[in-house]
Amino acid sequence: MAMAQVVRSEWTKIRSVASTVWTLSLAVVVTIALGMLISALSKSEYDNMSAQDRLSFDPTFTSFAGTSLGQLAMIVFGVLVVANEYSTGMIRTSLAAVPQRGAFLFGKIAVATLLALVVGMATSFAAFFLGQAMLGDLKASLGDPGVLRAVFGGGLYMTLIAMFSMGVAAMLRSPMLSLGILMPFFFLISSILGAVDATQKVGRFLPDQAGSKIMQVVPPVGDDTPYGPWGGLGIMVLWVVAALIGGYVVLKRRDA
Amino acid sequence: MIEAVGLTKRYGDKTAVYNLSFQVRPGAVTGFLGPNGSGKSTTMRMILGLDNPTSGRVTIGGYPYRKLPNAPRQVGALIDAKAVHGGRSARNHLLSLAQLSGIPARRVDEVLGVVGLQDVARKRSRGFSLGMGQRLGIAAALLGDPQVLLFDEPVNGLDPEGILWVRNLMKALAAEGRTVFVSSHLMSEMALTADHLIVIGRGQLLADMSVRDFISANSAGFARVRTPDTEPHLREKLSLALTEAGGQVLPEQDGALRVTGLALPRISDLAHEAGVRLWELSPHQASLEEAYMRMTQGVVDYRSTADQKAGLQQPLPPGAQPPVPVPGQGQPGWYAPPPPQHAGAHPYGGPGAAPQPYAQPVPQGQAAPAQPPAGAPAPAVPAAAPAASAPSSVSPAPVTDPTKSEDAR
Repeated sequence: MAMAQVVRSEWTKIRSVASTVWTLSLAVVVTIALGMLISALSKSEYDNMSAQDRLSFDPTFTSFAGTSLGQLAMIVFGVLVVANEYSTGMIRTSLAAVPQRGAFLFGKIAVATLLALVVGMATSFAAFFLGQAMLGDLKASLGDPGVLRAVFGGGLYMTLIAMFSMGVAAMLRSPMLSLGILMPFFFLISSILGAVDATQKVGRFLPDQAGSKIMQVVPPVGDDTPYGPWGGLGIMVLWVVAALIGGYVVLKRRDA
Repeated sequence: MIEAVGLTKRYGDKTAVYNLSFQVRPGAVTGFLGPNGSGKSTTMRMILGLDNPTSGRVTIGGYPYRKLPNAPRQVGALIDAKAVHGGRSARNHLLSLAQLSGIPARRVDEVLGVVGLQDVARKRSRGFSLGMGQRLGIAAALLGDPQVLLFDEPVNGLDPEGILWVRNLMKALAAEGRTVFVSSHLMSEMALTADHLIVIGRGQLLADMSVRDFISANSAGFARVRTPDTEPHLREKLSLALTEAGGQVLPEQDGALRVTGLALPRISDLAHEAGVRLWELSPHQASLEEAYMRMTQGVVDYRSTADQKAGLQQPLPPGAQPPVPVPGQGQPGWYAPPPPQHAGAHPYGGPGAAPQPYAQPVPQGQAAPAQPPAGAPAPAVPAAAPAASAPSSVSPAPVTDPTKSEDAR
């Protein structure tokens, strides 16, 4: 009852602000365009690659290269959906209308997640097909083992990134603070930790590194990652659940 | 019916609301008055279940807000008119709230018409003026056709026509039997709109009474008497005669006398007997604004200091006079001519150590008497002290029969 009302209201809210269109279309365009670019470059470089690199060349993962940048737009989308309530003060009006704060938060997150899922899936499939088109005779096909899983996983990955951002924004209650923490976290810290041997073992349990495993079809040579593609996505889901629980507890406990 | 019992809210070591108990009844407009930062908005938020009280409780129709069945259809509130997403159109803003409360979409167009925003319904609210924002907030409060309405500073930013509209709207809502609770820091506005007043200062109850009682208790009348400027001795002579007859005489800054405790005909007779000519003899009522300022002056959190403009002022040219400050502007405490019968006994009385501005004659053209340094804390009304003196339905201190204390002097 209350949930259905929240969902309808949130759909009105999310479709009536320009930031939704901007962030989501940016995510689509950046992910696809960068994926195509990297794919085209990889094809022209393929002949110069070492044997080892050729062996572990993953056409599917290459076409998802744009995700690392496109996910930032997804983060902005997730953060704005939740934190705009706080920055505008709408949260008070909303919570006065729906005193059941859990229903309010999860209704909001459900609507935004569904939208992110639709956009994420479309992006993932488009990035795959367009990327493969760039790769020419190196391309993988959707019927190859593990490829369909990777393409689906790409859509799920984008969705989970948005959900994680929503949970963090619900905890921090400010768009600037949330973006200020999430952006460097995903763009810098995660890749720095992954680049150094000593921290790599920790770094691969971070949500983005664990989650992006799902998009890999051909593992790199000498890969010793202790989890598989679904295991990695599971780790990412745990992160998301933790962020959402944190956001719920903060909303429930604190004064609006 | 809104009922608060022992409502207290602390933020860290700052007490925003302390032991507040009151009832807001249906069928009347109840004004909620207090200076800035006195806890009005905090109280409003606690009524709506947005903030949890540290102790005490507040209920609407017997339920705490979060337990109230179908809350948005029973309670409508304007908390903050700026609390809208600027990129969303007025209609979509209201539509999302209507859907959230299970209210049909056609009601949105109805309330847009009620508040007069139908022409800009599809415009982004970012471009709205303060007054249009207030109208949008009021529209949101009216959406569910609720029996209980809360408005936090609804007339802020409205033009005179808008203020009149809000005033009539509140009265009409109350006349339909609804509970209307309106906060404001403008006494003059509340005197015209409200039937009942709840006054708080520093989060504590100062008064809970009908507007009529508030007026009769607080607006002590006085007479202004002016003797010829040319003959100062007549003024002293009259002062003496009036004091002997049992009146209280306070000299005013422009040389007139403010007389309380004597009827106008009696003053005239006394002047005649003393052989003093009068240039003016006029009846005056202390305004409600003055009464309110007097009541709250001890509990104002933010007050201005005189701007010394240190280092900014040009040296005066030789022979020039420094400008004379206008009395009563920017000077806390100037307002309040305490009703003579309560001088010194007022528990919430303002800067207690300050001399009464009227107590000594001030030579004309000179600055008003020195004020206590404005930065100094007003006589503390610590959280604990008035606890005992603030039983749940306080009748405020100044309510004493004005006729008695005259004899007492």
